[in-house]
Amino acid sequence: MNPDEMAEPDNLQDDPHLPAPSLWPIGFAIGIAVLLVGLIVNPLWISTIGGAIAIVFGVLWARDATTELRGRPIEIEPERRDLVEAGTGQVGPPAQVGGDAMPHPAPGERFPRSRFLEGATLGLGGVIGGIITVPIAGFAVLPPFLGQKRHEVDLGPVTELKEGQWYVATFTVDPEQGEVSRRTAFLRNNGALTTGGKSVPSFTIISNRCAHLGCPVQANGPSGSILGLPTIKEKTKNGNVTFSPTVPAGFGCPCHGGQYDTEGNRTAGPPVRALDRYDYSIDNGRLILLSTYSVGKVDGTGAQAKIHKYKPVGPGEHVDGIEQVFYPLNPPHH
Amino acid sequence: MAVTTRRKPTRAEIRKERMQMAINYPLDWVEERSGLVGGIRYFLFRKVPSDTNWMQTLGSATLTAFLVQVITGVILAMYYKPTPGDAYGSIQNITDQVTLGWLVRGMHRWGASVFIILMFLHMGRVFLFGAYKYPRELNWIVGVLILVMGMMEGFTGYLLPWDQTAYWATVVGINLNGTAPIAGPWLAQFLRGGQEIGADTLTRFYSMHMLLIPGAIIGLITLHLYLVIRLGVTSPPWSKEAAGMERAAATNGNLRPGLTRPATRGSAGRDSD
Repeated sequence: MNPDEMAEPDNLQDDPHLPAPSLWPIGFAIGIAVLLVGLIVNPLWISTIGGAIAIVFGVLWARDATTELRGRPIEIEPERRDLVEAGTGQVGPPAQVGGDAMPHPAPGERFPRSRFLEGATLGLGGVIGGIITVPIAGFAVLPPFLGQKRHEVDLGPVTELKEGQWYVATFTVDPEQGEVSRRTAFLRNNGALTTGGKSVPSFTIISNRCAHLGCPVQANGPSGSILGLPTIKEKTKNGNVTFSPTVPAGFGCPCHGGQYDTEGNRTAGPPVRALDRYDYSIDNGRLILLSTYSVGKVDGTGAQAKIHKYKPVGPGEHVDGIEQVFYPLNPPHH
Repeated sequence: MAVTTRRKPTRAEIRKERMQMAINYPLDWVEERSGLVGGIRYFLFRKVPSDTNWMQTLGSATLTAFLVQVITGVILAMYYKPTPGDAYGSIQNITDQVTLGWLVRGMHRWGASVFIILMFLHMGRVFLFGAYKYPRELNWIVGVLILVMGMMEGFTGYLLPWDQTAYWATVVGINLNGTAPIAGPWLAQFLRGGQEIGADTLTRFYSMHMLLIPGAIIGLITLHLYLVIRLGVTSPPWSKEAAGMERAAATNGNLRPGLTRPATRGSAGRDSD
């Protein structure tokens, strides 16, 4: 290529708008410093003096910086750079920024050193990035799955609950979290169940979480003071526990119309299985709720019910039938 | 050529010239160091087809709706408290006590619907104008991602008032996710931040709603606009003009026209040289 073609005057001209060097900013900075010190020591006098110094030097600085604007041209020697000798023998215009500033490669040069540096940068960057990213990703994803607490709920003395009577029980699962952990269950004291000469209290405790999409299932029937029975209120280590009497003909969900019988079997609507139930134990005559479990269906009623029991899964998940293949693995549950 | 006689400039002329210099000086200073002025000029003063349509303002309208959401959301975040005990009370405080809080909350609440509706109208315009076709397919894909992100904003934002509707709608929404085969239960538990909806759910929805998803949307909008500027605005289907920007002349004769640069309307498939 013809060097004359390359050397366009526009490219070679280097005429930056640089203001002339000036000492006034130093005085301006001193003025600001005095002003700030004065704010602490003596706002009235020292700050005023500092402010005055700053204004005077600021004006001088501004005058200095705008001489060019105000029509007095200042002499600045233009910046100069030597022309880059290119490896191919070409002479290019002065490179100013970016990739153009790099020297041209000699023909046949293979850059072992720059390749190494490139690889090292990528490799080290990857290692550093990984060291930073992995714990953060773990923090973002793992807490919902690990260290979930198992809660036991103290519902108070068993003797409070009338035999054969349904109650709507509400309780806070985790008193630390407060009202947001309040849950509702339908509970019936089935009386004593005699198995092998041993008498064991029996309860039906059904979760009110709909097996369709988790809305709160309601008792279909009268409940509360209309029944002439007292609402039992207790204070246990799980906060305020209430038992409101009810006479359900079944349970129904307000969201999408799922219906269940009093054992929690689905009778109509979209739910995919029966209502979940609570495991329980009796400790010193007190009723203790343990974890929930999922139920496929229930045969029989009350103390004699045969419950098809599965490990706890979310609403809408099939536990039996062909559809259970869609949910082979569930998150750990406590 | 008229011969202009050199005369002494009047004071007014000198003042005008100095004013112009004073205005231009900072702009020149920035331009010389960053090229930003030219960049913004390139961004704003593009060539568009002369027969563009009012329908083609729907994209800008959507962007405006998003900016309204950003600004009102930032202000709402100054008063909102994402804890189960305080959330509902802080929303009541914003609505009833804070000066003009009802207005800003209303703008954010209704603006959310406006944003989604405008996105769909914009999408419909792009579809009916055939503006998703080559070479703009990628911009359609990016737009769909923005739509999905916008819906996730709706889902996460709906929980924040922490009233009965918000709570149970989120229960249903999360459990819907949970019914997806195989990954569903894991996704639901991740969204919930545990086995049950609680304080962790509220704070993580808040964080997603105001940081994670808006950040993703801003990135996607940037990409979307970059592609609009790079590829130009489409003419309406009834246009007789060539679409979009003026094309650069082919630099590489070996390339099939339309392979690396959009062919002008009506000349597709014809060899250009």
